[in-house]
Amino acid sequence: MEIIVVGCGKVGRTIAEQLNDDDNNVTVIDTDPDMVRDISESCDIMGITGNGATHSVQQQAGIERADLLIAVTGSDELNLLCCLIARKAGNCQTIARVRSPEYNGEASFFREELGLAMVINPEFAAAAEIARILRFPSAITIDSFAKGKIDLMKFHIPDDSPLLKYSVKEISTELHCDVLICTIERDGEAIIANGDTTFMKKDVISVVASPKNAYKFFSEIRYKTHRVKNTMIVGAGDIAYYLSQILLKSGIDVKIIEKDPARCTEFCGMVPGATVICADASEQSTLLEEGLENTDSFVALTNLDEENILLTLFAKSKSDCKLITKINRIDFDDVIHKLDLDAIIYPKHITAEYIVRYVRAMKNTIGSNVETLYSVIKGSVEASEFIVKEKSEITDTPLFELKLKKNLLIAGIIRGGKVIIPRGHDTIQVGDSVVIVTMQKGLHDVCDILA
Amino acid sequence: MNYRIIAYILGWVLNFEALFMAVPAFTALYYSEGAGIGFVFSLLICLFFGVILTLKKPAKKAIYSRDGLVIVSLSWIVLSLFGALPFYVTGVIPSFIDAVFESAAGFTTTGASILSEVESLPRCILMWRSFTHWIGGMGVLVFIMAFVPLSGGQNMYIMKAESPGPSVSKFVPKIKATALLLYSMYFILTLAEFVFLLCGGMSVFESLNTALSTAGTGGFGFRNNSFESFSPYIQWVVTVFMFLFGVNFSIYFLILSKRIKEAMKSTELRVYILLVVAVTALITVNVSDMFATLEDAVRNVAFTVVSLVTTTGFATVDFNKWPELSRSIIVILLFTGACAGSTCGGIKLSRIILLFKSMSKELRLLVHPKQVHQIKIDGRVVSHETVRSVNVFLVCYMLIMMISFILISFDNHDLITNFTAVSATLNNVGPGLGLVGPTSNYGFFSGFSKLVLIFDMIAGRLELFPMLALFSPYTWKDK
Repeated sequence: MEIIVVGCGKVGRTIAEQLNDDDNNVTVIDTDPDMVRDISESCDIMGITGNGATHSVQQQAGIERADLLIAVTGSDELNLLCCLIARKAGNCQTIARVRSPEYNGEASFFREELGLAMVINPEFAAAAEIARILRFPSAITIDSFAKGKIDLMKFHIPDDSPLLKYSVKEISTELHCDVLICTIERDGEAIIANGDTTFMKKDVISVVASPKNAYKFFSEIRYKTHRVKNTMIVGAGDIAYYLSQILLKSGIDVKIIEKDPARCTEFCGMVPGATVICADASEQSTLLEEGLENTDSFVALTNLDEENILLTLFAKSKSDCKLITKINRIDFDDVIHKLDLDAIIYPKHITAEYIVRYVRAMKNTIGSNVETLYSVIKGSVEASEFIVKEKSEITDTPLFELKLKKNLLIAGIIRGGKVIIPRGHDTIQVGDSVVIVTMQKGLHDVCDILA
Repeated sequence: MNYRIIAYILGWVLNFEALFMAVPAFTALYYSEGAGIGFVFSLLICLFFGVILTLKKPAKKAIYSRDGLVIVSLSWIVLSLFGALPFYVTGVIPSFIDAVFESAAGFTTTGASILSEVESLPRCILMWRSFTHWIGGMGVLVFIMAFVPLSGGQNMYIMKAESPGPSVSKFVPKIKATALLLYSMYFILTLAEFVFLLCGGMSVFESLNTALSTAGTGGFGFRNNSFESFSPYIQWVVTVFMFLFGVNFSIYFLILSKRIKEAMKSTELRVYILLVVAVTALITVNVSDMFATLEDAVRNVAFTVVSLVTTTGFATVDFNKWPELSRSIIVILLFTGACAGSTCGGIKLSRIILLFKSMSKELRLLVHPKQVHQIKIDGRVVSHETVRSVNVFLVCYMLIMMISFILISFDNHDLITNFTAVSATLNNVGPGLGLVGPTSNYGFFSGFSKLVLIFDMIAGRLELFPMLALFSPYTWKDK
């Protein structure tokens, strides 16, 4: 697809790179020539310097041929203007990043009246993601398929877990849980599980199950599954604002720690239900005084990535609560992973993932059949959902007879609203939704799973 | 430095060179010439090394700026070395250095020959000479990139290092598509010239050779007197097409995508047209009494001017015999080159425009020291980096020119010969003045001088920086 990305900041760059990897023709526009040069040298995309909201620049970028324009500059108004002009200048869909809380309620108006295909608010998306994690704190991440009927959860194996005694195929017989182990991350390497795989301490595993079975599975392996009742948030930025609103609505107490008195007052007015503490969270005594040791969850959302990491490490040493760290800018995934920080939120990846998912769904209408797509382990393992629309080689054949590609797993079948965790004798039928977990990139059709 | 990927890409260069050699090999087969064996032999040698180097894909595919520069310069050296094999193996050129000189002059589209007699050469050799021009004109690596996925997204460094002009941009987002587009336009223009020449009564073989040679703005002919003996129609056709191949290919892309207004506004294009018209007029007045009719004068002068500005190097007359004013203008034309992003060599008009603009900016700053001023071309601000790199380019250019000039002076030929020999090779023109005039050749230089001139040709084609980077110690320091 021909895609134009306006703005090459953190998010714009991530989106452009990912879409380029997905084999789209990407053109980026930015006013800063250095940024444009930088990105067009490091990946195979075209860069244009100029104001993306002008007709002439959009024309230069080939708006007539474009299928999609994504506006992710720093300014909401500019993004909206870009999309409006693109709608008139070409025949393309548009996505705008609109982040100011003032516009938060306007999203449906933008979509319906102004013709935008999607309005994305990175802070809101990040907040929603955090809230999802807090609702089920045992997991590091949760991705939903088939409208929430089936979840893919990633979590650490507890040190005293009975899971360590079994191999993958013994789980259903010994623990009587209908779950499927998909991937194992061990020392930064990804493994797609097969029947004989065994577990080790410190492994991060991902599991596919219906929410009810997941609960049973977690209690079976002695994993704490309690819901959090309160949370401590450091930094009263936009994410904190959206997050507190979501959490308060679902009955979780929120305590915000923020240094800036003016922001504290403003925040207090915006979110009446939250306890706002005006103090410097980088002082140990502040955190201890505010009850860090007894809190259920701790969320570090300051603007400094380094500070967030340190805060989380400190919280980890003082309490065994659920930890969430926001990382905006720094890119040292491997090192951060080794610090064992529990859940980490990368707002730029979340935004990019939303948009990439949308683009794949768009392609869906032009040939590919992916319904939803998540990256399970960054850069190597993806989970995608397909709808089986017609009879083919893979339908009505027992799974154990299918010759699948290497490192590929059929993780779930949803038939008529019921979840089937697939075993060897199950079959795929027309009309099913199928969840595939794989290290193979670029599956476009469910039939691509065959070797 | 990623040595594996460098070797891998060099391997692909050799594979493609083997493919290119199939063209003269088939020519030999068609005309049943014995020299074809030499091509088959050279082809197999290229293929042997190429296949070994490309056997295993490198695991690490990252290319950074310096890898790109080294890849491009080494590719061109390898290309010239292996491209010399057919000349050497067939015994057409008995000395290997001479063969390399001929092959480098082919790929760099210089067209400076060491052969005094070309009419008796086997046709497959003539074909190889013209075909190297065609491939070298648009760039070998660009060609390879159009067909082979070399590495991830960082091919831009390669394209930048190989394509002429101060700033290189893509037409479409994907490099592969851009390369394919460039070669399609190139191919269609070449085909058009071929058809026009055929209509003018040229034989198929001659039309094909001329078209390939003009397209790369090369200059290897197949008659000893170049184009003197052809009809006025043929001379006009060649003039027009030399001119067309001197135009920035992005102009053609703009025309193709129906942005004709934008294309016509290009400063460089306007300067190019103006320069050719003005210089032709000036020289015509100067030499008018040497020709029988005005048409004769205009045609010959226009042919010469366009041939030199586009750094082709074809000739219809021996301009060595022209009056001093014309000869002086010709020496200057050796340097200018035509548009950036075309197949020509030389400094390129866009650089000269930029240099003039920055000169006028500096002069104004002398009067109003605090004036704020931006250099603009086609209404767009030119970044400080671009201006700086053009300045540095000019300095390097002068330096290389001076050093080469001194080095070849050891041969003790006259000053005009030495000076124009260096400028004609560094700018990829071909013929100069004096002993290297359009009717003579480079055969008389010593082996060492030939090496210097080979370096000049490749450095000139790649616009200096890749070759300088190859010989710079910083490039090779890994720590």
